[in-house]
Amino acid sequence: MSDQPPPDSTPRQRWMAALARAPRRRLAEAVAALDPLPEHTVLRPPEVGLGLVRGRMGGDGRPFNLGEMTLTRCTVRTSAGHLGHATIAGRDRAKAELAALLDALLQEPARQPALLSGLIAPLIAEQAAARTACQADTATTRVDFFTMVRGDE
Amino acid sequence: MTAAAHLLPGFADPVTDSQAVFRATLEALSRPGTVLEVPAALAPPAPLSPAAGAVLLTLADLDTPLWLAPGSGSEAVIEWLAFHCGCPRVADPGHAALAVAARPGGTLALDIFTPGSPTRPEGSTTLLLEVDDLAGGPPLTLAGPGIDGTARLAPAGLPEGFAESWRANRALFPQGIDVILTAGRHLAGLPRTTTLKEG
Repeated sequence: MSDQPPPDSTPRQRWMAALARAPRRRLAEAVAALDPLPEHTVLRPPEVGLGLVRGRMGGDGRPFNLGEMTLTRCTVRTSAGHLGHATIAGRDRAKAELAALLDALLQEPARQPALLSGLIAPLIAEQAAARTACQADTATTRVDFFTMVRGDE
Repeated sequence: MTAAAHLLPGFADPVTDSQAVFRATLEALSRPGTVLEVPAALAPPAPLSPAAGAVLLTLADLDTPLWLAPGSGSEAVIEWLAFHCGCPRVADPGHAALAVAARPGGTLALDIFTPGSPTRPEGSTTLLLEVDDLAGGPPLTLAGPGIDGTARLAPAGLPEGFAESWRANRALFPQGIDVILTAGRHLAGLPRTTTLKEG
């Protein structure tokens, strides 16, 4: 599974990905730190569903169905009129709503710089570090198969 | 951003609300002539009535081609349905599973909708007909399955000649379209089995 956003992803895709992977506590702290708490309408209350995860062997080849995973999605609209969407793994409804709210707030030019530097940048850095650590851990168990050159030729 | 800024919420509790509305719709279609109030709070975009909006949120999904009569669907309605139901819109009412029309005083031919096929009569269009009121209009006498004897319904704002075109629809049985009359927060069912008599 690749957690790396594709190089052509937009800033919004990058912050939505970071919000979706962040622990709920961090999102709750970020929202609580906003003063005053922004008004918002929940257009689509958090709802739990299933998504089909598809993969390609080695990054190419024919797509296959890896399995289904639980997803929670939510959509909110802030009083400024920005729509925030979130789709997160798992069934944490509160986190889905927080992530959707933060997505909407990040679209407000007045709030964006502070949120990007105060929340999104650290989250992206932490997630990248965790991923590198996990890859390094996995790399120690790697086995390379090769055929010994036979001596009968 | 302009249109999204006006996007309205759907049901507050999608699961229980849509189940309650489904139950009410079923009741309305099984007991023609009964006027029921939609059991969910909802404020759909104009010109959609809360009753029609609730039935659409309950019944429409990705597999439900929807036809909106000219004048029944504003930009806001189209966007609202796309967001909450994701139902495809069709330009030809003959391909619609669900249709919404409001024609107070105007005409509306019922044969533009598909009556289903002899082998699949359930594939017919279900028409949400928006009227001004479900009481106070010219009285109609209803008879048929689900009605003990006769029932009375007096919808105000039906299209011109509705009783006439309903007779033709009734003659197609087992094919034919089903109608749900909606006004404000109220709805009444008019399944294809019901006969209408003016007066």
